Amino acid sequence: MDTIKTQQVTFKVFRFNEETDYLPYYNTYVLDVTHEEVVLDILNRIKWDHDGSLSYRRSCRHGICGVCAIKANGKGILACKTRLFDLVETFGNEITIEPLSTKRAIKDLIIDKKDFWDKHAQVKPYLVSDIEEHPEQEHLVSPHDAEKLLEADYCIQCGACHYSCPALAVNEEYIGPAAFAAAYRFSADVRDDASIERLHIVNEEAQGVWDCVKCMECAQVCPKEVNPIEKITKLHNMVFEAGIAKDNVATRHAVGFAHSIAKHGLLDEGELVRYSEGNIGVLKHVPVAMKMFAKGKIVLPWNMPKADKLDEIKKLIKSSSTVKF
Amino acid sequence: MEKLKYALFTGCTAKESTPEQMMSTLAVANKLGIELVELTEASCCGASHLQDYDDFLSLVLNARNIAYAEKHGLTMVTICNTCQLNTAMTKHRLDHNAELKTKVNEKLAEVGLEYKGTSQITHFLYAIIDDFGLDKIKEMVVKPLSQFNIAPFYGCHNIRPSELQNETHKNPENPYMPTSLDDLIIACGGVNVNYEEKNKCCGFHAELQAPRTAAVLTGNAVAGAMDANADWMVTPCPLCHLKLDTQTHHASVAIGREVSLPVLHMQQMVGLALGCTPDELGLKHHVTKVNFI
Ligand code: SF4
Ligand code: SF4
Ligand code: SF4
Ligand code: FES
Repeated sequence: MDTIKTQQVTFKVFRFNEETDYLPYYNTYVLDVTHEEVVLDILNRIKWDHDGSLSYRRSCRHGICGVCAIKANGKGILACKTRLFDLVETFGNEITIEPLSTKRAIKDLIIDKKDFWDKHAQVKPYLVSDIEEHPEQEHLVSPHDAEKLLEADYCIQCGACHYSCPALAVNEEYIGPAAFAAAYRFSADVRDDASIERLHIVNEEAQGVWDCVKCMECAQVCPKEVNPIEKITKLHNMVFEAGIAKDNVATRHAVGFAHSIAKHGLLDEGELVRYSEGNIGVLKHVPVAMKMFAKGKIVLPWNMPKADKLDEIKKLIKSSSTVKF
Repeated sequence: MEKLKYALFTGCTAKESTPEQMMSTLAVANKLGIELVELTEASCCGASHLQDYDDFLSLVLNARNIAYAEKHGLTMVTICNTCQLNTAMTKHRLDHNAELKTKVNEKLAEVGLEYKGTSQITHFLYAIIDDFGLDKIKEMVVKPLSQFNIAPFYGCHNIRPSELQNETHKNPENPYMPTSLDDLIIACGGVNVNYEEKNKCCGFHAELQAPRTAAVLTGNAVAGAMDANADWMVTPCPLCHLKLDTQTHHASVAIGREVSLPVLHMQQMVGLALGCTPDELGLKHHVTKVNFI
C-alpha cells in the first residue's frame, strides 16, 4: 500500500453572509492534508469538524456538474478536481479560498451566478431548427461535422473563465468567454438554423467578441479544456465569412493588418491606427502621438521600413487569402 | 560554452515605436556574446488580430517566417510576447496537424519555401534564462541594481496558455505564479516586487476597440506596482511597454487616480546591470521619463 503523505496547510477562507454582514472577513484554519485530498475534501472537513455554517456548492464530486468552482489564491478551480498538494506546489503552504467573484458573494463561497446565466441566455444556447414532428429517419451528423464543434461541447458552465475574464470585469456588457463558447458550439452545429442571428449578437460593439483583450485567461483556467478564446477567434472568422462584419474600428483594425502586410511586409503602426479609426477618429490619438514623436517613436510614412523579399509576401497574400472585406 | 546563436525575429515595434527595444537587444546580446542573425525577410506575425480576419493567411505568413529560421538551422528568438505566442502557436498547430501543414506548404511552395518544423521558437527572456543561465548573468553584473524595487510585468502572451508556452521552456513557468522575470531581476541585483497584477493583462490588444477596458487594465497594473512600492517596472513585451509607458494619461483618467512609473524593457534592465550606457539602451526613447539614471 502507498504510504500516505501529509503536510500542514494554512487555509484562509472567505466568509460573508449577505443578510447579516456588512463586510466580508476571513477565517483561518490550520489542517494536516494528505496527498490524496482535493479542495472539496478540505471544505467538507472544515464544515463537519470546525464550522457547520460554512457554505459552498457541491454536487457531483466528479468534475461534471460545475457547481463547485471557486478561487484558490486567485486561480479559478473546481474544488472537487484540484489536489491540495498541487496548489501547495504552486503557491506554498498558505492557501486563500474565495468565491469565484467576491463582488457577487451571497454566502461564503456561494455566489449569485445570474449574470453568467443571463449572458448564456443572450446567445441562444440551444439548437434552433424546424423539425418535422414525425421524421421518416434520423438526422445523422457525420463525424466530420461533429468535429467542427471542437471542444466547445465540453463546457460544464462552471463559470471559472467568466469570473477570470478581465474584459468582463471592466465592461459588464461583454458577453464573456463561456457564453461565446456556447454561441460557437451551436452556430457550428450543422443542424442549427440560427447561426446568423447569433453572429449578429456576438458582432455587436461593447458586448461582442471585439472587446476581448486576448489575455488567454479563459484558455488557461478552464478545467475542461474548452479553450474559449479559440472559439472566439472562430466567431470572428465566421462574422467575416458570413459577410456581416460591420465597417467599424474593430473590424478595420483586424483587416488593417492584411493591408499593411501586403504593402510593407510589416505592420505600419501609424497607418493601422488611422485606417481603423478613420480620419476623424484618429484625432483623439494625436496628443499621445505627438509625445511619442518627440521621443523618436513614430516612423513617418516615407521612412516606413519594408521586409526583404516583399514580393514573396505579396504573392502569398494573394494566393492564401480566404476572406474578403 | 559554445557560442549561442539564434535567428532573431524582431517583430514590427522594434522597427517602429520601440526603437529602444531593438537597441537594447543588440547591446545585451553583444555583452553576453550571443550571436543574433536577423530574419530580415520576416513579415509581421499578425499580432493576434490578423487571424481574426483570416486565420489561414496568418498561418501561412507565420510559417514562412519560421521557414527562414529553419533555413539558417537556428532556433528562432523573439523579442515580443505576441510574436512569440503567434509564432509558437503556428508551429504547434502545424506540427500536430499533417493535413494543415500540407495545405500551408502548398502555398509556401509557390515561393520556393517549406515549413519543416525543425526550428524551436523561444522568447529572448527564456533564451537568456534557459540557454545562457542566470548564474552566468550574475557573475557578469557590474552595476547591481540593488537600490531599486523593480516590479516585473510578465505580459499574457509569454505565460498563457501554459501548455503551449512550456513546450519550449526548460523550467516550466506557472502562469499563476511566474518566476522567470523575478529571477532575472534578482540576478541583476535588484529587489523584485510582488503585486497582484504582475501576471495580468495590460489591455493592449483592445486599445482601439475597447479603449475604456484597455485603459482600466493599464491603470490597475501601474497602480498595483506603485502600491507595492516599486521604483519602476520591467517587461519582456514591447506591446506591454507601449501601453504602460505611453498610455498612463488615459489610464489615470480611467481609474480616477494619477498613475505613472518608468518602465524598462527586460533587455534594458539587463543592459544596465551589465554596464551598458543609457544611450546604448535607448533610454531616451521613453515617454514616461526614466528618471533614476
Ligand atoms: S481571452 Fe478574451 S474572453 Fe478570454 S478571458 Fe481574456 S478577455 Fe476574456
Ligand atoms: S468554458 Fe470551461 S471554464 Fe468556462 S464555464 Fe465552461 S467549463 Fe467552465
Ligand atoms: S506582434 Fe507586434 S511586433 Fe510582433 S510582429 Fe506582430 S505587430 Fe509586429
Ligand atoms: S462538485 Fe460537480 S464539478 Fe465539482
